[in-house]
Amino acid sequence: MTTTASTNGTKPAAAAKPSPAAGIANWADERLGIATSAKKQIRKVFPDHWSFMLCEIALWSFVILLLTGVFLSLWFTPSMGEVVYNGSYNQLRGIHMSEAYASTLNISFDVRAGLLMRQMHHWAAMLFIAAMLVHMMRVFVTGAFRKPRELNWIIGGVLLLLGILEGFAGYSLPDDLLSGTGLRIADGLMKATPVLGSYMSFFMFGGEFPGDQIIPRLYTAHVLLIPGLLLALIAAHMLLLVYHKHTQWPGPGRTEQNVVGYPMMPVYAAKAGGFFFIVFGVVALMGGLMTINPVWRFGPYNPAQVTAGSQPDWYMGIAEGLLRIMPGWETHIWGITMSWNVFLPGQVAPMALLGIVLAYPFLEQWITGDKREHHLLVRPRDAPTRTAILAAMVTVYGLLWAAGGNDILATQFHLDLNTITYFMRGAIFIVPPLVFIVAKRWCISLQRHDNDMLLHGYESGVIMRDALGGYTEKHLPLSEDHAYKLTARDRDVVYTGITGADSNGVPAPNVRVDQIRAKLSKAWFATNVQKPTRAELDEGHHHAELEHEHDAPLEDHAADGHQFDGRHDVTGDDLTHKH
Amino acid sequence: MTTPDTHGAGEPGHELVAAEPIADPGLPEHLPRPTDIDPKAERRAERQVASLFMLSSVFAVLFCVAYFALKIGKDPSVFLGMGASNVALGACLGLALLCIGVGAIQWSRKLMNDHEIVEYRHSAASPEEDRVEALAALDAGIEDSGIGRRPLVRNSLLGAMAFLGLPAIVALRDLGPLPGDKLAHTVWKKNMRVVQDVDGAQIKPEDMEIGQLVNAEPQIFFATNAEGEPEVEGTALLQEKAKAAVILVRMLPDDIKDKHSANWGVEGILCFSKICTHVGCPISLWEQQTHHLLCPCHQSTFDLADGAKVIFGPAGRHLPQLPITVDADGYLVAQSDFTEPVGPSYWERG
Repeated sequence: MTTTASTNGTKPAAAAKPSPAAGIANWADERLGIATSAKKQIRKVFPDHWSFMLCEIALWSFVILLLTGVFLSLWFTPSMGEVVYNGSYNQLRGIHMSEAYASTLNISFDVRAGLLMRQMHHWAAMLFIAAMLVHMMRVFVTGAFRKPRELNWIIGGVLLLLGILEGFAGYSLPDDLLSGTGLRIADGLMKATPVLGSYMSFFMFGGEFPGDQIIPRLYTAHVLLIPGLLLALIAAHMLLLVYHKHTQWPGPGRTEQNVVGYPMMPVYAAKAGGFFFIVFGVVALMGGLMTINPVWRFGPYNPAQVTAGSQPDWYMGIAEGLLRIMPGWETHIWGITMSWNVFLPGQVAPMALLGIVLAYPFLEQWITGDKREHHLLVRPRDAPTRTAILAAMVTVYGLLWAAGGNDILATQFHLDLNTITYFMRGAIFIVPPLVFIVAKRWCISLQRHDNDMLLHGYESGVIMRDALGGYTEKHLPLSEDHAYKLTARDRDVVYTGITGADSNGVPAPNVRVDQIRAKLSKAWFATNVQKPTRAELDEGHHHAELEHEHDAPLEDHAADGHQFDGRHDVTGDDLTHKH
Repeated sequence: MTTPDTHGAGEPGHELVAAEPIADPGLPEHLPRPTDIDPKAERRAERQVASLFMLSSVFAVLFCVAYFALKIGKDPSVFLGMGASNVALGACLGLALLCIGVGAIQWSRKLMNDHEIVEYRHSAASPEEDRVEALAALDAGIEDSGIGRRPLVRNSLLGAMAFLGLPAIVALRDLGPLPGDKLAHTVWKKNMRVVQDVDGAQIKPEDMEIGQLVNAEPQIFFATNAEGEPEVEGTALLQEKAKAAVILVRMLPDDIKDKHSANWGVEGILCFSKICTHVGCPISLWEQQTHHLLCPCHQSTFDLADGAKVIFGPAGRHLPQLPITVDADGYLVAQSDFTEPVGPSYWERG
């Protein structure tokens, strides 16, 4: 870092008298004593990388949801009381419907900017959950969940779950035919609970489905309970982020012991604050130009009607897919009914999936035995097993998502619905392991490629012909910064386990568990490619010198590879590569 | 290089950085941007940022103009299938916000100091002496409370806390009534007419053609009492509809494989519950040639010619059949209620 900061030179170095801002700060500090923490936080450093922006999309979508949600709540009536619609939308006039549906129509057609706010609210919800999911994938694949950040990983997972529940509660509120069908399915899911199913359903709906309670109850959950939890957990998530300081990519001068980047004030305040307006602006354009959830086309809820091609919001797609591909297993015994066909995909599988995701940092830590703090991110290729797990998980997600739209796939691509379903039943078990293997091998070959570049240099694209007519491609060494970046990672160490018995022949406790751990550790690391050692690098450079000697007779004709690409003027250049 | 080192039990995990093959070259030198060295570029960037901010105010005003100038409600599809008001408001608001956002980011990238700053990290854990002091304080607190010496106090407090859970659960009892046998019964009963679900029209066997499917409901949904009030309305109507909705299909009597099922019909007309036995969607996709009925939600498929048994999909049970006959006036009527619960499965269903 040089110290040649340039200013326009028109301002004096220090202000002549205290500024009004200083006066306000003084007033506040005398009452709140915030200067002690503010002195560190005002210029707090955040590292820069495009992927760190994903969490901001989620955060700002949440703020937009709060703003547009307050607007909507001013007109929405969370009631299932029956009214006759008499508003502006001609096609539904005179029809019996719930107050919730009527007020949603009212917001859409009789409140100016109401439709815009409704659509912005729905688009922002889609964006909120999508951004959380992609952010979570980024954190996973770069190893940002490792110690000391495991708790923040769990908070994030719970935020995603709450976001999905919040979204479901929200899109159920208009009480239209589509959302009512979603509630009917939720009712079926609940009834499949062993022993308590029908009681849970009656308590939730305040009687038999659909009852007249569910909309007001979902409204309380949607505007008070879940947003409160979300807000508290987001606050905790961000406090921990500030405390741990953001992770960063390794590079020259960027180590485990520091964080390099721009200060919060002013650069990140401007960048993140500006980004809020960009997300907000994009959501506003989407709300204005892209129709979403046109409830007026669906009509009021009627339990005897349904539309073909009914689809939930995208984030419910995997639950829908699980429900669709599950075989129809039911047990009838001793006067009871156990519907595995609904209970397993509807309740057990989603919770198991979430449990695995939340427990993941601890599972990995146990297998690798790595209990150190990590603040540098890992390139996906340098953790082949972890990256392959993500690839397999994404595959499961994608397959279930496709399965959740099997009817749409069948009608759009003229495929047989039953074949798609049978295919998915097998694919969900067969394809993810295959993807795992491919992704892992792919990572390892990318690691090999990195090592090749370190040892032999990068391919310059310059082809040399020697006196005997042989052709070789000239390799040029990497820049020091680039080479350092490639080697700035840990060497993997396979855990070999404790020995079976001590010197007195007493078997060590938990040997069997420990052996499993050692085997897993071997599977985790053993095939990884490690970065070259100093000796190997030196040998590689020595080899390069030999190559140079081989090229020496061609010296006058050798080229540095830049004479045709216009990068620099070659007049008077001897066109040789200088080592 | 290709095989990782192996260590014993003492040092699991990763080898600590002992000898890096390449030493850290340190932070790269800061390169000035055009706006740092060229006053012209700097002034241009300043103008760009200010213009964006001014443009934003223009769009904010235009939003207000559009709010008052454009009518809503009458026709929601003026422009690209959407209301003119919605499009104009969304575009103005979006552009007003985007201009501020883009302006702020341009400001930070071109004009704010872009020297990177280094901040040092500390371990997430507290310093060792703090930990010792905190533990000592905790011990002192526990010791002062005497909670370890007085198990009776401790255990009775734990018991009291556990019992407080009871009021919390019991207080929620009135969330809803107990299910009783409500899920096992519908409004269908002997001699109730089966009518069209749209207009309540009564149906004679000769009204139905071979292969036809009719969405039907019990006549009570369209009946009125002495004061002209509907017999069933509001929430009760929706609740009963969610169980009593049926479909009528007419097949060639010879096509009906299940003889028991045929006996519950009239001249090849059979009546089944419309509520899927999977999770309760109303089923209505009828494949006339194969006599298959498909649920649009999760694609469970039932063969209506064979007692509506499941031939595909996630449903676990056949659709319940409503036994029907014709009454003295020749209209289709129920012989009784369904003989088994309709809709999704539940534990005590049997």
